[in-house]
Amino acid sequence: MHWSFYVVAGLTVGSGIAAMSLRNIVHCALLLTVTFAGLALLYLQLNAQFVALAQVLVYIGAVAILIVFAILLTRSSDIGSQSRRSLLAIASGALVALAAFATIAKAVLTSPTVKRDQPSAALQFSVTQATSVQDIGQQLMGNYVLPLEIVALLLTAALIGAAVIALQERRGAE
Amino acid sequence: MIEAVDQIFVTVKRWIVMHSPEELRTLVSILCSVVPITLVFPLLFALTTLLERKGLGRIQNRYGPNRVGPYGLLQPIADGLKMLTKEDIVPRAADKVVHFLAPMVLLVAVLLSFSVLPYGRKMVPIDLDAGLLFFFAVGAATELAVFMAGWSSRNKYSLLGAMRAIAQMISYEVPLVLSTIPVVMLAGTLSLTTIVVQQAQFVHGIASWNVFTPWGLAGALLFLVAATAESNRTPFDIPEAESEIIAGYLTEYSGFKYALFFLGEYLGLFALSSMGVTLFLGGWSPPFHFLDWLPSWFWFFFKLLGMIFLFIWLRGTLPRLRTDQLLRFSWKFMLPLCLMNLVVTAVWRFSDEWHVPGALLFRWIICLLLIAGPYVLLGWFFEPKVGKRVYRYAA
Repeated sequence: MHWSFYVVAGLTVGSGIAAMSLRNIVHCALLLTVTFAGLALLYLQLNAQFVALAQVLVYIGAVAILIVFAILLTRSSDIGSQSRRSLLAIASGALVALAAFATIAKAVLTSPTVKRDQPSAALQFSVTQATSVQDIGQQLMGNYVLPLEIVALLLTAALIGAAVIALQERRGAE
Repeated sequence: MIEAVDQIFVTVKRWIVMHSPEELRTLVSILCSVVPITLVFPLLFALTTLLERKGLGRIQNRYGPNRVGPYGLLQPIADGLKMLTKEDIVPRAADKVVHFLAPMVLLVAVLLSFSVLPYGRKMVPIDLDAGLLFFFAVGAATELAVFMAGWSSRNKYSLLGAMRAIAQMISYEVPLVLSTIPVVMLAGTLSLTTIVVQQAQFVHGIASWNVFTPWGLAGALLFLVAATAESNRTPFDIPEAESEIIAGYLTEYSGFKYALFFLGEYLGLFALSSMGVTLFLGGWSPPFHFLDWLPSWFWFFFKLLGMIFLFIWLRGTLPRLRTDQLLRFSWKFMLPLCLMNLVVTAVWRFSDEWHVPGALLFRWIICLLLIAGPYVLLGWFFEPKVGKRVYRYAA
C-alpha cells in the first residue's frame, strides 16, 4: 500500500487513542474531530469522494459541534477532570468495541470488492474506479427511492417541527 | 487574440509545467494552482481593508485613511507592519496549544474552499465532481476554529462570543445550504464548472444566469442574507459586538494571530461571495453576448468586487441585530422561505412544458406569488413577536 495510507491511518488511530485517554474533555472532543477528518481522508483514498465529503460535512460540521456544545452546556469547561474509570465501564466499553470491530470485519471480509485469493498476506483492495456522485444519485433515485423519500420526509418533518416548537415559546409564557 | 487573453493563465501554467523536470511535474502543477490563490486573495484582502475604511468613511461623512501614501493607498502595508511588530500576548491561563492552533485551523479551512471555485473558462484548481459539497464541507471546520479560539482563551467574553458565533453560524448554515439546492435541482449536478457553463448560454443575447429566474432571484437574496450572517458581517456581527462583549472570541488575540483571524474572516467572505457569483450570477460569464470579448476571469473578479462593495455598503448602512432576533430570523423566516423556494423551483421546472402564448409571463407571476405570499405571511407572523420591549428591571 501507498505510504500515505500509513500516515493517514496512523493519524486516525493515534488521535482516536488520544481522544480516549486524555484528561481534558475538550481536548478529547477536538482530537475526535481529527479522527473524523482522518476517516474522511481514508475514504478519499478509496476513491469514495461523496462519502468522504459527507463525512466531513456531517461529522466535523455537525456532530463535532454538537459534542462541543453539549460539553459546554452540561459541565464547567475549566476543569476537565474525568471521574475515575470503574472496571465495569472498561469491560462494557471493550465489549462494545469488540462487537463493532467484529461486525465491520465480517462486512469487509465478505465484501465482493476484496480479493482474498491474492498471494500477499495483506488484503488487497480493488476499489479502483471512482464512484461518481451521478451514480450515487441514480441509485438513490432508482433502486433506493423509497428509503430516500422516507428519510427526506422524516428530516423535513423534524426541521419544521423544531421551528414550530420554537414558535410557541411565547404563547406558553404569557 | 481574445481566446489567448482569456486563457492566458492556463497557457502560462501549462508552459511552466512543460518546462519543469519530469518527476517534479505534479508538484509544479499543484504549486501553480496553490501559489496564485494564496497570493491573490490575501492581496485582495489588503485592498478590501482599504476600500472598506474609505467606503465607510464616505458613508459616515469623513475621509477615511488619507495619510499613508497618495490617497492613503499604502495604508494596508502600514496596517500589516503594525500587526507584525505588535507583541503577541497569550493569557497565562490559556490553553496554549489550542490557542495557537485556532487561527490556523480557520485559515486552512477557508483557503481550502477556494480550491474548487471556477475563476474563469477552464480555470479551476480542482474540478471536483461534488465541488459544491466540498465547499460547504470544508467551510464547516471554521465553526470549530471559532470554538477553539473562544474556549482556549479562558475568558468569559471569549467563550460567550464563541457560543454566539457558533449558534449563529449553525443557524445560518441551514438556509445557506438550502438556498443553493434549487441551483443543484435544475442544473442536475454538484460540479461548479458545469453549473457555470450552463449559465453561460445566451438567449436573445442575454445570459441565462440563475438570478434571472424567479427561484434564482429569491435564492440569491436568501443566499446573500445567509452569507452575510455566516461571515459575521454587519448587521449580523454579534459574535464580535465590540460594544457588548468586547470582541467576542477575538478578545485574547493580539498581534499577528489577530491578523490571521481577520484575514480568515475576510477570505471567508470572499469565498462565499465567489460561491454566490458562481451559483447565481453566472460565474465567469458576461451578462450580454456583445460583452463576450472581455476575458472570463475579468468578469469573475469584477462580480466579486461588486459583491464586496455591496457588503461594505451594507456594513455602513445597517445597525446590529440582537442575538434572539437573529436566531429567530434564521429559523422562523429564512428556513420556511428556503423550503418554499424549493417548491417554486419545482413549479418553474415543470411549467417549462407549457406552450401557450404568454406562458413565460404567467410562469413568472405564479412563481413570484408563490414566494411573495409566504414572505408577507411570515413577516406578518414574525412582527408581533418582536413587539414592544418591556423593561423588567430598569424602571
